[in-house]
This record gives sequence, structure tokens and C-alpha cells, in this order.
Amino acid sequence: MVRRVTGTETRVSDDALQLIRESGERIHDDTFTALVEDIGPAQLRQLYQDLVVVRRIDAEATALQRQGQVALWAPLLGQEAAQVGSAHALLGQDYVFPSYREHGVAYCRGADPATLLQQWRGSAPSSWVPSEIGMAAPAIVVGAQALHATGYALGMKLDGAEGATIVYFGDGATSQGDISEAFTFAASWHVPVVFFCQNNQWAISEPVRVQSPVPLAERGVGFGVPGIRVDGNDVLAVLAATRFALAQARSGGGPTLIEAVTYRMGPHTTSDDPNRYRDKAELDGWRIKDPIERVRLLLEREGLLDDEQAAAVARAADEVAAKLREGCKTTPDPLPESLFDHVYAEPHPLISEQRTALAAHLASFDAPLEGSSR
Amino acid sequence: MTTSAMPLGQAINAGLRRALEDDPKVLLMGEDIGKLGGVFRVTQGLQKDFGDHRVIDTPLAESGIIGTAIGLAMRGYRPVCEIQFDGFIYPAFDQIVSQVAKIHYRTRGDVKLPITIRVPFGGGIGAVEHHSESPEAYFAHTAGLRVVACSNAADANLMIRQAIRSDDPVMFFEPKRRYWDKTEVDVDTALDSFALHRARILRAGSDVTLVTYGPLVATALAAARVAEEEGTSIEVIDLRSISPIDFDTIEESVRRTGRLVVAHEAPVFFGPGAELAARITERCFYQLEAPVLRVGGFDIPYPPSKLEEHYLPDVDRILAAVDRTRAED
Repeated sequence: MVRRVTGTETRVSDDALQLIRESGERIHDDTFTALVEDIGPAQLRQLYQDLVVVRRIDAEATALQRQGQVALWAPLLGQEAAQVGSAHALLGQDYVFPSYREHGVAYCRGADPATLLQQWRGSAPSSWVPSEIGMAAPAIVVGAQALHATGYALGMKLDGAEGATIVYFGDGATSQGDISEAFTFAASWHVPVVFFCQNNQWAISEPVRVQSPVPLAERGVGFGVPGIRVDGNDVLAVLAATRFALAQARSGGGPTLIEAVTYRMGPHTTSDDPNRYRDKAELDGWRIKDPIERVRLLLEREGLLDDEQAAAVARAADEVAAKLREGCKTTPDPLPESLFDHVYAEPHPLISEQRTALAAHLASFDAPLEGSSR
Repeated sequence: MTTSAMPLGQAINAGLRRALEDDPKVLLMGEDIGKLGGVFRVTQGLQKDFGDHRVIDTPLAESGIIGTAIGLAMRGYRPVCEIQFDGFIYPAFDQIVSQVAKIHYRTRGDVKLPITIRVPFGGGIGAVEHHSESPEAYFAHTAGLRVVACSNAADANLMIRQAIRSDDPVMFFEPKRRYWDKTEVDVDTALDSFALHRARILRAGSDVTLVTYGPLVATALAAARVAEEEGTSIEVIDLRSISPIDFDTIEESVRRTGRLVVAHEAPVFFGPGAELAARITERCFYQLEAPVLRVGGFDIPYPPSKLEEHYLPDVDRILAAVDRTRAED
């Protein structure tokens, strides 16, 4: 079903947009197939490689958590296509506002795997430098970043810039007031922002029906934000839908909400135990919709992945995994004095006083006790 | 140098105008700040002169105002947000405390947020609930924010320009019941003529140091005049900045007077006076002739307006505290 909302062609349907079946067959769509016509064999293999690499990053990080190298990890297993597909639609001038699960987007934006785990290890408050990759630090307070993306998009509009912003959030976040306020502000200002909701069906232990009785793609309509529902496990469909929404944004068409229907195959974080609240049957049902397997089948079906190419993909994943592990394990613990760095941009007397006091306190343990024979 | 007598609200307006003229990245955003000029008319005429792309009437949502200001600041703008009334700031509390205050730290200095958040605060105007509060302590307790309060037109004009220039986020509290009080203002005062976070001795005295800020500065000066007639010399210090606090200026004063009274409209319990009392006691223990006393709002919700005269510290309650420090009660 295709609907017209506020002058924008909008797809809101229980049947999410799909361009690759689970079996690897292509599906033609009159609007969206044309948006990925440039994805030839090499580009498709690149998408496949990024999917594999991102899944590997996730597996390595989970293992490092189990080994005590990082304190916590928020796995993305199952959401690779939603992240890789949308990230590939972005250009350099665009700006990304993530939640805490967008490791795959960060990788595609060029975040260094060697530093990707700093935040999770506890050695830094966040992992990448935002200005280097055009991607904000993750927002852990759910939904807060949607307003930042909307404000940044207003700045782009005032600047007459070409770019757009994209904000990532989950199904749980759609219940947050900040998401509703972001829809309101984005529609009122008609700014170039794409709201990218990964509906992974679960907000920790709460199924999506607790958040909403209607498809999440419809949640923006009343605000004046048209929606697209896309199979979030179909990397080409996600790429096409995100390109569609970005094109709307860049051409003055205002905001769009994308609901990428996917599934969180793993726990919410490594501290979570999904066996307590969901059925194995549901997991098995989603296993056959795997976002990577269908691309592999498509490549095989079209004769685009020979043994050598498959080996190259595996090597790429091995290399990133090695960088990730090495970077994580060799990250030095931050110095105590760094506690006080960057609290303020300009000098602040209380911070200076406390920095000096801590340094003196720590130094007092180094000084030999007077009269002591120790 | 050209000075003219100007009401405090108009002095802020002049400061905002200057900031808009001097820096094309300065934007004003808030509810009703455009054609109406704000409910207190502080932004009067600015949208007409600078356009609705620089003086922006926002949708009615405080979290949205602050959250989108963060994005604008990340894009290189210097947003100045107006929160219409003190008691309406809480919907934006998460964006201010968890985002505005922490993003510079979170990004290890990569992202600066030069955001000014203007808040008309305090009581004494006969308003209904949520229109008379003094929430500054919540923000002073949050690392990453700077918190200031102006008390007179000349300072208001200078301080708003300094706040906007700061690369850190600044909570800018405006004493709403003093918006119409006039002082001489030189709108060309150099930005570095007096530091934003320095306290100012407004009246020299030798018996008791009286520290306050915002709306109670005028009350404190009135109390000092009454005390003088009774033979007590009060030194009045306008704190101006609640975070950071200029303890040096207060310490120097208390070393001379040996007595300190702190007054604010905010509730006394865990209020700014508690921090001042603790710090000055640490620094001046051997010079203090009496415990540091605090005068402030009672620890109750802000009352209906027919009761606010009993809630707000006045000359008599301040002088009663002064007398207690001199063992004259």
C-alpha cells in the first residue's frame, strides 16, 4: 500500500519494502529498484563484505566482554543489514546521530576498529572523534539524539548546505517524548533529517506491542513526518529506502521516518538474558530471515562470488577482528589526572583546584614517610 | 562612552542585539520570542530586525528547544534559548543535565556547546504556580554548566554578551521582578571589563558580609541602608556567578568582617548558601566570629501569591540574621 501524506509519496504497509527475498531472489519495485541500479557486482560484494565484517566485529566484542576485556557490549547481531544498508546511503557531508548500538554504522563511516571498544572498556567516555567521521558520540539516554539531529539539520538548512542528518533509534525509543518532540520540530521547520528506527522487536524485555499498537512507520504521520516500512534484514531495500528519504531531505522535502523491521538476535547487552522473556521459536523464525545469508545466496545465484572472492571477504573480517582485539587489549588505562580533562572548554577554578588536590593526594603515596625505616 | 538609564530587561535586549550584530552564528530561540518579543518583552523588536531565521519562535516544548539547540551548536551556531519561566525548565532537564553539560566531556573536547539558556527566575510578581521558582542549585550541582545571575541592568547587558561568547554552556538567570528596574548602562562596555564569574562588592562595610545574587541584591542593599542607620556596617557582595563561585572575593571580605550571611530566594536546604557556608567556614575558620547564617525560601513548594511576602526573604529577615551573627537577637 502506498499512501500520499503531506505531498510525499509514502509507503506504510504491513508488507515492508523488500528487494531481496530470503532465498536470494531479487524482487522488483517500481519506485525503489531504480534507486539501487548502480549497485553492480563489485558494490554488492562490498555490501556483503561489510555485513560480514560488522557481524565479526560484534562477535569479537562479545567474546572480549566474556574475557573481561570490555565491561559491556550492546550486540547488533541480526541488525547488520539495517546498519550497513543505511550507512551506505550516506555521503561525507551528512551527519549521523546514533544510539549505543550503531557499531556497524560507525564502521561504515570509517571509525577505527582499534578504538571502537574504548567506551565499552571504560577507558574513554566515547570511542570515536565525531568531527573525524561525521558521527556524534552515542546517546545512551534513549531518544535524546533525535532532537540533536533535528537541530543540526536546521543548521544545515540555514547554511544552505547540501547534506542531511540521520538519527538512529530503536522501537523502544518511539515512546520517548524526545522522539515526538523531534518529529514536531522537524516537521515544523521542514528540515533535512531522516529518522531511522531499527524496530528489532524488543526493548530489553518489552516486545514492540508494549510501545505501539500501530506499525512504527505510521507514528510520524500525525506529526507531518511520512513513513516508509522496509525489511530491515534486506540490505538493498534499506539502502534504497534510505536513499529515498535522504533525497527527500536534500531536495527540501523535509523529514521522513523509516521503520526498518529487523530482529535483535542476541541480548540487549551482554548483561541481559533473553531466555527469560522470549521464545526460542521466535528466534528460529527470524533465523531464516538472516540479513547476510540472503545476500550470499543472491551473489551465488548470480555467479558473483567465487572461492577467491569469498576468501577475500573472510580475510577482511579477520583483519578487522585482529585490529579490534589488539586495539582493545593495548588501550592503556587513562591517567587519573585525565578525570578533569574537557569538563569545560574554558578554564574553571573548581576543576583546577580539584585536579591539583588529586595530584597532591596521589603524590603523597610516593613520598617516603618521614622517620620511617620502610 | 554613552550611558543611559535603562531597565534590566531592555539592557538584556540591547546585549542580545549586540551579540546578533557581532556574530552571524548567534541565534535566539524560544517560545513567543518573535512578534510578541517574549512574555517579558526581552526580545522585543529583534525578530523584526534580524529575521525569523535568527530569532526563532519554536514549537512549545522545552526539551525540544534545548535538544535542537545542541544540534545547532554542533553545526557551529551559538544558540541563545529562552525558557519562558523558571518552573517550565524541568521538561528540558535531561537535555541540559545529561546532554548540554556532558557532550564536551563525552567527546573529549571535540564538540563544544556554546549555548546560553536564559531563565527568568524568582518570585515577587504575584504569579500562579511554576512562575516564581529559583531552580539554580540543580544546575550548579551539574558539572559542565556555568550558572550566573544578573542583578542590575548594567551587569545584565555585559553578562549576557559574555555568556553568549563563552565556549561553555551558560545558564543565565534573570531576576524577573527586577526587569523594570533602571540603572545606567553603557552598551559599549568592553567585554573583558569585568569577568563573568567574579563577584562584585557593591557596598563596602566592616561588621558583616552579606552575599546574595539576582533579585535579592536590591533587597540586600536596602537592608544595608537600614542597618547603617542602626549603626551596623554591612558589606554587600553580589555573587553574580553561582558556578563557579568567586570564593576569593568573599573570603577576603569575611577575613575583614568575621561574619557572613548568605541570602537567596531558593530554598535554604541544599541551596547555594550551603556551599558558601561550608567553603567559607573551611577558609576562614579562625576569622569567623559567628556561624555562617543563611536566609532563603522555606523548604516548601513555592506558595500562592498571597503568601509569597512571607516566603521571600525581605529586609527584616535579612537583618534578623545579621543581628544573630552579632548576637543581638
